[in-house]
Amino acid sequence: MRARGGRGAAGQWFRVAREFVTAVRRIVGMPDYEAHVAHLRACHPEMAVPTEREYFEKFLERKTAGGGARCC
Amino acid sequence: MSKLLWALIAVAGAAGWSVLALSRGEPVSAAWLVLAAVGTYLIAYRFYSHYLSYRVLGLDDRRATPAERLDNGRDYSPTSRWVLFGHHFAAIAGAGPLIGPVLAAQFGYLPGTIWIVVGVVLAGAVQDFVILFGSMRRDGKSLGQMAKEEIGPVTGLITMVAVLAIMLILLAPLGLIVVNALRGSPWGVFTIGCTIPIAFLMGFWMKVWRPGRTMEATVIGVLLLLAALVGGRWVSQNPAMAQALTFSGVQLAGMLMVYGFVASVLPVWMLLLPRDYLSTFMKIGAVLLLAAGILFVLPPLRMPAVTHFVDGTGPVFAGKLFPFAFITIACGAISGFHALIASGTTPKMLRRESDARLIGYGGMLMESFVAVMAICAAAVLDPGVYFAINSPIASLGGDAAHAVDAIRQWGFTLEPGQMEALAHSVGEQTLLGRVGGAPSLAMGMARIFSGAFGEHLLALWYHFAIMFEALFILTTLDAGTRVGRFMLQELLGHVWEPMGRTSWYPSIILSSGLIVAGWGYFLVQGVLDPLGGINSLWPLFGISNQLLACIALCVGTTLIIKAGKARHAWVTLLPLAWVLLVTLTAGSQKIWAADPRLGFLAHAQSVGMQIAAATIDPSRGARMIFNDRLDAVIAGSFMAVVVLVIIISAREWVQILARGKQCVSTETPFMETAYES
Repeated sequence: MRARGGRGAAGQWFRVAREFVTAVRRIVGMPDYEAHVAHLRACHPEMAVPTEREYFEKFLERKTAGGGARCC
Repeated sequence: MSKLLWALIAVAGAAGWSVLALSRGEPVSAAWLVLAAVGTYLIAYRFYSHYLSYRVLGLDDRRATPAERLDNGRDYSPTSRWVLFGHHFAAIAGAGPLIGPVLAAQFGYLPGTIWIVVGVVLAGAVQDFVILFGSMRRDGKSLGQMAKEEIGPVTGLITMVAVLAIMLILLAPLGLIVVNALRGSPWGVFTIGCTIPIAFLMGFWMKVWRPGRTMEATVIGVLLLLAALVGGRWVSQNPAMAQALTFSGVQLAGMLMVYGFVASVLPVWMLLLPRDYLSTFMKIGAVLLLAAGILFVLPPLRMPAVTHFVDGTGPVFAGKLFPFAFITIACGAISGFHALIASGTTPKMLRRESDARLIGYGGMLMESFVAVMAICAAAVLDPGVYFAINSPIASLGGDAAHAVDAIRQWGFTLEPGQMEALAHSVGEQTLLGRVGGAPSLAMGMARIFSGAFGEHLLALWYHFAIMFEALFILTTLDAGTRVGRFMLQELLGHVWEPMGRTSWYPSIILSSGLIVAGWGYFLVQGVLDPLGGINSLWPLFGISNQLLACIALCVGTTLIIKAGKARHAWVTLLPLAWVLLVTLTAGSQKIWAADPRLGFLAHAQSVGMQIAAATIDPSRGARMIFNDRLDAVIAGSFMAVVVLVIIISAREWVQILARGKQCVSTETPFMETAYES
């Protein structure tokens, strides 16, 4: 995913669209696998990168343990 | 140049308020209301929140936030300010800011508007901002933890128990709103019912078939949901299907309880999480659409600015303008519940300290604007139609023919056959006595949308609005049940250790059952109440929400005083004093007022007399008396709790200010940010 979106107008649009989707994900509170991988690469290069399925399982564990309060 | 701009904004806002205040008799355009509100928000944000940020709290962009220091790419994660604004708004905005203003429109549109706008600027946004700031400086601590550390262990415990109790009281009227919106409405039942299989499909999509692809699943879910909305019309026109999906209030209440229980027990990915995504999308979409509709149509407000029901004789709910306008509109002006969100996920995501101003103060202004739009939606209806929808059927005289007379007696106009034609035009069997606010809000929204996007779609827009309200109320209901279950498990875990294990099935089932039984009891009581239930349950909800706000403002005041800024502590003390006054007045009136429509105890007494005169079934009467007394006890204990918290807090303040008690800072020590400024 990350590798795509090179130079040129098409690449520019692709980057904008991807940023938009990322923003929507974070607003809604969805897991963001690509951002997590980027975080691991940047801050913890020694750690193994999980697969998308593993990452999602971890995300669900956190959701199961926490409440996720919604206001009135 | 910028001074000129701000002067212009101030003049525009003042012009809006003047038109609202001076016009009497003829309909005013919603444009003036929007102008007054937005002008006030901009001025307040620019100047008052600047004062709060830099004089009172002392935001410091050189200081690293918890998101930067503790970044783990998950809950602690620096997030760009506008994305976080959206995230925070989606978490705080729910049914409250939409329903409360619609109900309070029985006083006319002006009292509610003034409270929503002035209240948010001086109270609600301040509370959210101060608590968000406090939690941000303490690595994202919760309100309960801060109450414990800043004021004392008793307050901490009280806060935790109060949050649980308030949750139960909150869920009942929300459930009642859904029940009343779906009662006798096969279209609505079909659309909302479809969200459950859609959620399962989404759940299996993102868990089993395409792991982690939540966005794909949600896009499919939203498309299916819109298909279900359109399909509902077909269902409502097919006599056999319509018959099968027409339910009574008690049946719907039972279904909601089963739903809440199942959602709390099943794994989150099956039901809870997919529905949360659907509901968040719908919420943001519908709010944006409503804003666009109002700004595009700028509809005239047909409701008078102030109605004669300010004297307390209104049919929608009992009680005078003061204090009940300020209780009925809780969310939108000030909502204690926000303190839980502002000390939950949001503080862990702030990238810079100065972002707390936009998200804490600005986020609440945005919610207030939603409440203003709800007032507009209620006020675009003919007042006669508004009262015909929102008054309990008993006060309308029982049927359509009597309703016309009742409405005329109240001084509004309603033509014979008007309500039937209206109900038919939106595919409903009846709109009379559909209390709870949702149907009238949906009707107002449908008017605005169809004005903007085409008249022939009125029925579709009505059910779109019902679907969007019911969807996110149910999301609050299932998330609330689950959160309540966790709290209860934690409490029960102190009594018997295995009960505290959150993944042990006997404990999950028992605690979920207890929570559902808790709110379900009040829900069923509300459904059976001849006065519509909203009359007793909504004020209890408002009182409990405002009481939580009192606790949050006490914590906020303590934080400010302990930071050595006591001379600025009026920013939280002023709203605290007002909310306290309103809540204690409303609470004591609900308990002790002599009018049986208003006071719980007076109502119990009047039912007792009816039993003695044999005009009411004795077992039904006994149940009503029990419920009245229960409601009185609940209101009384909420008041007692708050008075206790105020006394403990005030003692702490006096010890710091007058007796020179040393306070140790509980803030995480300063660490310089690595971000460039």
